[in-house]
Amino acid sequence: MPEALIGALDELSRAHQEALSDPTFQVELMELHRTYTGRPSIITEAKRFSEYCGGARIFLKREDLNHTGSHKINNVLGQALLTKRMGKKRIIAETGAGQHGVASATAAALLGLECVVYMGEEDTKRQALNVARMKLLGAEVIPVTTGSRTLKDAINEAMRDWVTHVANTHYLLGTVAGPDPFPTMVRDFHKIIGDESRAQMLELIGRLPDAVLACVGGGSNAIGIFYAFLNDQSVRLIGLEAGGAGVETGKHAATIVGGTPGVLHGTRTYVLQDGDGQTRESHSISAGLDYPGVGPEHAYLHEIGRAEYRAITDDEAMEAFSLLSKSEGIIPAIETAHALAGAMKIGREMGKENGKETTLLINLSGRGDKDVQTAAKYFGIPL
Amino acid sequence: MSLLEKSFELARAENRALLIGYLPAGFPTLDRSILAIKAMAEGGVDVIEVGLPYSDPVMDGPVIQQASEMALANGFKTRDVFKVVAASPAPTLVMSYWNPIERFGVAEFSENLKKAGGEGVITPDLTIEESQSWISSTDKEQLHRVYVVAPSTTDNRLAKVTKHCSGFIYAASLMGVTGARRDVSSAAQSLVERVKKVSNTPVCVGLGVSTGEQAREISKYADGVIVGSAFIKLILDSKSESEANLKVKSLATELAAAVRR
Repeated sequence: MPEALIGALDELSRAHQEALSDPTFQVELMELHRTYTGRPSIITEAKRFSEYCGGARIFLKREDLNHTGSHKINNVLGQALLTKRMGKKRIIAETGAGQHGVASATAAALLGLECVVYMGEEDTKRQALNVARMKLLGAEVIPVTTGSRTLKDAINEAMRDWVTHVANTHYLLGTVAGPDPFPTMVRDFHKIIGDESRAQMLELIGRLPDAVLACVGGGSNAIGIFYAFLNDQSVRLIGLEAGGAGVETGKHAATIVGGTPGVLHGTRTYVLQDGDGQTRESHSISAGLDYPGVGPEHAYLHEIGRAEYRAITDDEAMEAFSLLSKSEGIIPAIETAHALAGAMKIGREMGKENGKETTLLINLSGRGDKDVQTAAKYFGIPL
Repeated sequence: MSLLEKSFELARAENRALLIGYLPAGFPTLDRSILAIKAMAEGGVDVIEVGLPYSDPVMDGPVIQQASEMALANGFKTRDVFKVVAASPAPTLVMSYWNPIERFGVAEFSENLKKAGGEGVITPDLTIEESQSWISSTDKEQLHRVYVVAPSTTDNRLAKVTKHCSGFIYAASLMGVTGARRDVSSAAQSLVERVKKVSNTPVCVGLGVSTGEQAREISKYADGVIVGSAFIKLILDSKSESEANLKVKSLATELAAAVRR
């Protein structure tokens, strides 16, 4: 990490630690979640989708029903409140699918902060609707034209902005990657997903699920739902990465499954890189998973064997996308569809293995409205 | 005494600041980068800083980004940097982001650089807290370790960071990324003064320096002046290789005159 940003990272660490132990901060955040985000989010049992999952009982944690349509708002509201606490007036954010950008623009509007969102030019095309949403919310969207023109380059550009304007600007990083304290801080703001789910499952079925599944790009929604279950050894934690055209083709974004240890954006983790340590371009039909790094805590959970990580191809994800839409009336984000495709596989496997009822909890991290164009094109629906 | 230290001593004896010129290895091609570096030295640059192109240069502005992308697209490999260092006619340091060094192997990188005749390495994104393997391998090969400090670096931290620096301390003139600016911010002078209070190692100022006038100003208070993007821009804007090298040499000459107080 550049020395120029150490001061800002230290300041952020302090603000985060103070906020954690400050009841007023916690009350303010919880009140916003109750009256603005729409928390707690509900759990829906997907009875018809269960058919495609080997008959396993499927429970969906409905983060898609949050204000702005995904789990991203949990972290954004937390960091936006921290921004005010630090006395800063401007936030910058990177975005891939646009969900984090939209959530950031929303929080900025709510709290009266200036907001600039960096987005790879490639992604501004894939997610034109979200670009318009951010602009309507009063944010400035800057298309990034360097490198692969996707999420990783948007992060580079946001870092450059931050180092230039650090005195009055907070970098509202949207995932559990990047330098300390971001991975733990962003996790802390998302762990409410797992805390709620764990209690809800006990209430609904009187026991914990056999496995918890979530898609993993940077890994924020996954760590959010995993965290409460880390000490429940009976619960398998399964992260589904973007396998793109297939890990064996090299065109994918499955960083843990197909990457190697390295340093990217100020964190040591798994990275898609060549033999010289140059970052390789990632590929995924889902802009939100299209990142060649992954949160360091996922790398750790993988290494100690507490969580498992698998790759789901574009085609598998799109099949699950279509099946959930048609069997449950819920159009998921394409990112989330990777977790659903994982449930189809894991449900079948576990049903065969233990011969008794299997229960899977899936983080339905976002809704698919933003993906209608991509999906229509994929399925050949004329627009 | 290293060649780098001798260069500082010579500059001091001549009552002037040291001039450090930066160019990326492999930009636009390996051969051309070597010739451009030679042109820089002929023009009067004292010390060469060879950049190791990286896919995600977060501390660099658009000019160095473009040059790095071109070098990588033209097939630059990490080990090519040692060829450039070996061919450089002046004392030479490498500037590299951390991941390529780690991937190459920290000890191997240091050994190869020493064999190529390199003086040391500038690491813009490596913190002292993460430097254990780096400190031991550069110590073993007797290479200079240059860390970058910024106007935002606190006095307390300046003392800690500069303790691990040798050769010189890279003072970033402003909060931002590399690339020519119209004015050098006043933050540079106060940063140099703060560094001088905690360290006897020479302090060189870089980031945003492109003209003789700016170099003259910085020479009044710093031990060295670092210029990079301005050289690259000349190469990018030239129609031919010979035109590029002539312009590089002439900017070096202008800057070399300016650092003489």
